[in-house]
Amino acid sequence: MFKSEEVHQNLEAKKNPSGFFDSYSETSLKYDPDRCINCKRCTQVCPHAVFAEGNEHAELANPASCMECGACAKNCPVQAIEVQSGVGCAWAMIGAALRGKDMDTECSCGGDAGSCCGQSEKTGCGGK
Amino acid sequence: METKDTAASACSCSASAQAPSCGCDAAVRSPAEIRTTDSTITPANRLDHFAARWGWKRESHRVVPGLYRLGNPSTESPVFASANYTLSFDALRSALAGFDAWILVLDTKGINVWCAAGKGTFGTDELVLRIQSSGLENIVSHRKIIVPQLGAPGISWPEVLRRSKFLMEFGPVRARDLSEYLKTHKATPAMRRVEFPLWDRLILIPVEFVHVAFPMVIVAAVLWVLAGPVAALAVVSAVLAGTALFPALLLFIPTQDFSTKGLILGGVVAIPFAVVFGTNPLLPGWANAAGAATALLVIPAVVAYSALNFTGATTFTSRTGVKKEIFRYVPLMAVMAVVGSVAGITLGVSRLLGVI
Ligand code: SF4
Ligand code: SF4
Repeated sequence: MFKSEEVHQNLEAKKNPSGFFDSYSETSLKYDPDRCINCKRCTQVCPHAVFAEGNEHAELANPASCMECGACAKNCPVQAIEVQSGVGCAWAMIGAALRGKDMDTECSCGGDAGSCCGQSEKTGCGGK
Repeated sequence: METKDTAASACSCSASAQAPSCGCDAAVRSPAEIRTTDSTITPANRLDHFAARWGWKRESHRVVPGLYRLGNPSTESPVFASANYTLSFDALRSALAGFDAWILVLDTKGINVWCAAGKGTFGTDELVLRIQSSGLENIVSHRKIIVPQLGAPGISWPEVLRRSKFLMEFGPVRARDLSEYLKTHKATPAMRRVEFPLWDRLILIPVEFVHVAFPMVIVAAVLWVLAGPVAALAVVSAVLAGTALFPALLLFIPTQDFSTKGLILGGVVAIPFAVVFGTNPLLPGWANAAGAATALLVIPAVVAYSALNFTGATTFTSRTGVKKEIFRYVPLMAVMAVVGSVAGITLGVSRLLGVI
């Protein structure tokens, strides 16, 4: 639905031709620059500088760095961004798969794994 | 930290109370309690931080949610939002040393800002509720609230504005950049970026390790009895490599995927054990081969699995990517672990039965 998506996936393909050994080169992030009103919120909230400030609209500068945290989509006032947000936590996803649950809905990262998941300061889900 | 109640009130929000059912409801809300705090980190605070890092009493590192006075704030003073996890709250109040400010602590169930934002407890609903229940609009004359950037996955500023009239400003990722940030209210790109430096990775090791320490000791003890001390040492090495060495070396292992990084690291760790198991002159050739195969298959599989699980603790892995890794590599790890274990068990049984 977003025409920009093709563009960015092509870019990615060029940057990383051996996609097989990099599971992180593609994400669910979709951005429609035509909708953007250049409010710059996405550049403020993204922890990985995926968006950069542009003249007419925000630029998708670094899509492969996206960790799908969802901050940009949630704070874009005009829904120019879509992303399937979730915590990239293998522990919770494998756990869900083993219990026969859906890996996508079942990652509340509960329990007490030692990570974002369990939680730890500064990282994982850290920050301050 | 000294947390004194300055205005006694009928509302009692205990630290563990559910946000919406917290003591006072709308009817008796008016003069909500305002607590006082300062910027000093006491030895007791440090002890608490240490315990939190080791995952000790996971539930107890909490601050009572609500509004706090830091220094001597006026109606003009800035308002900062924080989580009711002691490490988050203490980072904020100590970074604000010398400032007069209000701190609005959200009930995130003792979880730090980023995690809680991901789960939605550091979220729009909770923020709006705290703004209202604290009576913030009667306490400050402005309508601005500074929220840590890492709260953004949980909080939508347009919605907060619509529902509470407060305009959110996203502060820097790290509380320690706040004093710099407050000079201009503009964050530099570096202040906006989450890094994952060595220290931040090392600090995760305790929790990662504590998790697997007990099963590791059991397995090592059993193997010591059945297969000798070197086998026990192999177990301990595999676990330490997966939980301690891997986080430390994460960015230095030259592949992208965590599983392949783990396989590489595990392979290196396995080599000395493979050499020891594979060069026993008292055993026939097939037994040496089986011993070496056990080390070369099981150790990398264990390390790769721990490595993959470390994705949840990092600051950059996307869910799409982690899912791909799971489908790509977990079957391989399982096959390696099973084949390696079968080789090891065959070898062990043969020795016990005196075949070799
Ligand atoms: S989802 Fe998160 S990491 Fe990805 S672009 Fe949006 S803010 Fe950045
Ligand atoms: S938040 Fe949305 S509207 Fe604002 S700059 Fe980013 S994409 Fe454009």
